[in-house]
Parts: sequence; C-alpha cells; structure tokens
Amino acid sequence: MSFVYEKLMGGKSGLVGLLILAALILVVFPLFLDAFRLNMVGKYLTYAFAAVSLVLLWGYGGTLSLGQGIFFGLGGYGMAMFLKLEASSPENTAIQSTPGIPDFMDWNQITELPWFWEPFSSLGFTIAAILILPALFAYIIGSAMFKRRVGGVYFAIITQVIAVILTVLIVGQQGLTGGINGITDLRTMNGWDITSDSAKYIFYYLNCALLIGVIIASRYILTSKFGRILLAIRDKEDRVRFSGYDVANFKIFIFCFAAMISAIGGAMFTLQVGFMSPSFVGIVPSIEMVIFAAVGGRMSLIGAVYGTLLINFGKTAFSESFPELWLFLMGGLFIGVVMFFPNGLAGLWEDYGHHITNKFRFITRLFNKKSKALSSEEMSADKASYPS
Amino acid sequence: MNMTTNTDYTLSIEDLTVSFDGFKAVDDLNFYLDKNELHVVIGPNGAGKTTVLDLICGKTKATSGSIKFLNKELTNLSEHAIVRAGVGRKFQTPSIYENLSVLENLEVSYPKGRGVFGSLMFKRDATVLRKIKEIAKEIMLEDELDTESGLLSHGQKQWLEIGMLLIQDPQLLMLDEPVAGMSVKEREQTAELLNKISQGRSVLVIEHDMEFVARIAHKVTVLHQGKILATGDMEAVQNNPDVIEVYLGH
Repeated sequence: MSFVYEKLMGGKSGLVGLLILAALILVVFPLFLDAFRLNMVGKYLTYAFAAVSLVLLWGYGGTLSLGQGIFFGLGGYGMAMFLKLEASSPENTAIQSTPGIPDFMDWNQITELPWFWEPFSSLGFTIAAILILPALFAYIIGSAMFKRRVGGVYFAIITQVIAVILTVLIVGQQGLTGGINGITDLRTMNGWDITSDSAKYIFYYLNCALLIGVIIASRYILTSKFGRILLAIRDKEDRVRFSGYDVANFKIFIFCFAAMISAIGGAMFTLQVGFMSPSFVGIVPSIEMVIFAAVGGRMSLIGAVYGTLLINFGKTAFSESFPELWLFLMGGLFIGVVMFFPNGLAGLWEDYGHHITNKFRFITRLFNKKSKALSSEEMSADKASYPS
Repeated sequence: MNMTTNTDYTLSIEDLTVSFDGFKAVDDLNFYLDKNELHVVIGPNGAGKTTVLDLICGKTKATSGSIKFLNKELTNLSEHAIVRAGVGRKFQTPSIYENLSVLENLEVSYPKGRGVFGSLMFKRDATVLRKIKEIAKEIMLEDELDTESGLLSHGQKQWLEIGMLLIQDPQLLMLDEPVAGMSVKEREQTAELLNKISQGRSVLVIEHDMEFVARIAHKVTVLHQGKILATGDMEAVQNNPDVIEVYLGH
C-alpha cells in the first residue's frame, strides 16, 4: 500500500495534485464543455503527452529535445495508416483506378500497396508499432548521440534537424505518405464510426486515462533510484560516470521512454482529430511542446499538463481574433517564463500557492479541526522529496 | 596482449606515456602501489599529477604503456568498468549532487542498481540504509543525512565526496587535493579519516599542503614534467637535492 502511495502517487501533495487534475479533466471539462469544445480539449491533452515527456527528458534529464514532434508524428501516422487502410476497402474505393489502396496513392499513380503499409491493416500490429517503433527510432538516435557523448545544444540541434528531415520526407513522398495534406478522411475503427459524438467521448476518456497512467508511470521512474541518477547526471555527469554508471544508457532509456509517451499522444491525436499531417511533426510543433513544458514547469509532470492547456486555450482565444499576433505573444511568453519563472506555473504554485491553500485551510478548519494535520511543514517536506 | 608481468602490487603503472599534440604530459612513468599504502604525489603545477589520475580512471586514454590494477589491465576499459573493478576517484573541486540530500548522494553512489533496470527496481532497504548511516558516521555527516548537499560547508562537501567513494568499498582510492579550502580543524579531521580508510586498501593522494602530506603519507612521489623526480618517505624526499632544485630553483 505504501508502495502505491509513495512511489506511484508521489506522497500526499502528489496525490492531491493528481486528483485535482483528474477531477478537472474527467469531471469538470466533460460537464461544462459541449462535444466540440471537449474534443478540442482532448486534442490539447494529446500534446500534454509530449510535454510530460519533456519534463522527464529535459527537466530531470537535462537533455533538451527539439524533436518530440518526430515521435508524436510517428505515433500519429501509425494510427492514421491503420484507419486509412480500413477507410480504403475495395468497396469504398471502387471508383479508383486501383481499388483497395488509399486514395492519395491512387492519385499518385501507385498501383500496389507499399510493403510497409501492409502490416498496418492489423490493429494489434498498429498498437505495437505505435509503442515500439518510435522507441526504437529514439534508441538508434540516442545510441548514436549519447554513446559519443553528444549532448546539450548539439543534441537539441540534431533532434531538430531530424524533425525537419522527417517532414521533408513525408511531404516529398506524397504517394507513400499523403504528402503535405497528410492522411485524411479517417472514419471508422474496426467498423466503429470514430466521428460520432459517443466515440469522441470514449476517446476523450481513454486519452485522459492514458495521460494519468503515463504521469503515474513517470512518477514511478522519477521516485526510483533511476530518477535520482537522472538528476545527478544533470548536475554532475562525470561524478555519475566515475561512480560506476554507464551514463549513456540512462539517457538512452529516458529518451526512448519519452519517445514512447509522445507517440501515444500522437496516436490519440489522430483518433480524436481524424487526420494526421506533417504540420504536427516538424520544428514548430516540436518547439511548441517545449514551450508547453516550460510554461507549465519543466520539473513538474502535472504542471506540464496545465501549461499545455493554458497555452492552447490562449492560442485558440487569440488566434480567433488576432491570428498574426499569437506567435509573437507565445514567443514573448516563452522568453518571459524562462527569464523570470524558470520553474513555470508549478514553480509559481510552490512559491505562492500556500497563500491560496491557507485560505482554503481556514475554511476547512471551520468544519474539521483535524485538518491541522496538513501543516505547512509537512506539505513542504512532501514537496521536497517527491516530484509533483 | 600485454607484455608486462603480473605483480603483487595493487596498482602497477609501467612505461606510461600520454602526449597531447606532441606535448608529453606523462612521460614513460613507472609507479607501484601496495595494499594498505597511502601514497602522496606532489609536484609543481603542470607536473602531470592530475593527468596520472585521469589516466588511471579512464578519463584520459594513454598513448602507450600499461596500468594494471590487481593484475587487470585498465587502459582499454571504459570509465564505469574501471570503477566497477574497484577504483574510486575524488575530483579536485568537490563533485557532489547539490540538489540531492546527503542520503541521496550516498544512495546514488551505492554499488547496487547500477544498470538502467536495476536502478528502476532498486529498493532503499535496511541494508542500504545501514550502510549509508555507517558511511555518514565515518565522514562526520551522520546528522546531515537529510540536508540538501548544496548547503553543506566546503569541507563537508569534500567529506561527502570521499564518503560517496567509500560506500563503493574501492580497493584503490584516488583523492585529488582532498583538503583544498579546508579549515585547520577540518584538515586534522580529514587526516584522521584518511589514516583510517587507508587500512585494507590503497590510497593515492595528490596534495600541495606539505604539512598535511607529512601527516598522512606513507610514501611520497615527486612528479616533475611528467616524470618521477624522487620517491620515498617524506624526509628522504624533502632532502633530495633534485627536489630542492625544482621547488626552490625557479
């Protein structure tokens, strides 16, 4: 029991934070938002997977990846390929010159389904591929970089370059990938209409459950010895190496795990939004993901989720009225956060949050004298030892 | 593969040379270290003292020569493999994890759960805690276990790093200027600590403070321009005319 409480929930403050987040996304949003807005929040929450992955990789591991869009995209495309194949049954595509292949292939004079598309007709393979392929790709990149002790800015630039290469590849190979338009017109999953309202609700809840699951798994990693080694590597890499650790393996593992998380987000994006395109793979989305994590607090798994939601609400609100101003505003916000609030929203909460909780505590104390147990000392002790 | 023969020494360095762009930082060095021996290496700046430690622990790769630790060749091993073989090294500036508590610093250094999956499964059980407390007591930090190590005094940081090595129970302990920046009292305590921990293992120390060297050293080696100038007990070395020339002649 204490294992579940301390390791997975992160102690008292961690559990409270997780419960508040769960209540917000599982109860409050579905109650107060219509199906369209809820679907939009669902889309934002898929980005939160990437933001959480950056908390692990960048906040704790000290390794900034400017290419999480790569893995988000791989996950998204994997799911899109499965859905597209189902949408391209010979009956649905009877008017094409080659029925039974995706429409964009037919437009590009391709007459046979490419070999790497074939296995994606199986849902089991697709799910396995979404989890394994991005991690495998991250393993290859990570081994090539970290074993040679490439890190810091160089690593950030290389991941960014890979994101560009992947985008160029997807856009260039129109017949195989759907090109700049991406893979569109996704309608059913094993015969189930994914555009219906009920499907959208189910995907939304599945997305929330997966996100919470990912946060709990990440917490387990951060509260284990691995988490402390990760922090130690960020602090003094040489000391860790000369304490008998193969530092590269730890970085490779967390990079692979981060890739897998991002890919889950990508797959959920495709399911909820109904298409996937290269505009979610390249530099801009990858940097946006970093901004989500920075604004939320790069040391806080839950903060990253709030950061993602906040920025995306802002983006939607502003880009409806001032579309050209939004990018400048987001850039300014990023610079501001990095310069003045390096720990983001989560840092602000830790510095000033007790003013708010104190007020609430006054109210609860009126009802329950026992709430004294929540003394501020205990709260801060919890915060110190468990990642929130 | 290697032509050198096996010895009874804990550490035997033979014909070791490293050159950086033609400059020989360590030049054809031969050096032996016994069990239970506390050996101090002194020498002017640029003599190659730190480079020798770098070579032993794998931070720098040798151009030629051999380093054998318990008859195991180290020159072709990676850093973590050398540590796992039983070589611990303390850096010149205290190298600890400032964001972690003293306990966590020692735990990260604990020689179990060193692999990725081992560290994910690692449990802070009674054995681990007992060992951590034992080491903390030895390095005079038993009351600071929950202190964030960045808040420790400079001397305490040095001790903590020594403790992080001790918890791995290395057969060879290498300390680069362990008393730099310490108060007189802390130096005394450190000398006591070093005398205690040199039992049952070999200790190699680089130090400038002659008073401190005289207090701890079983044997002293003077390094100059990558070569050994003199070796022996403190008194013999101090009276060696070559050593006097190098230290006073410039």
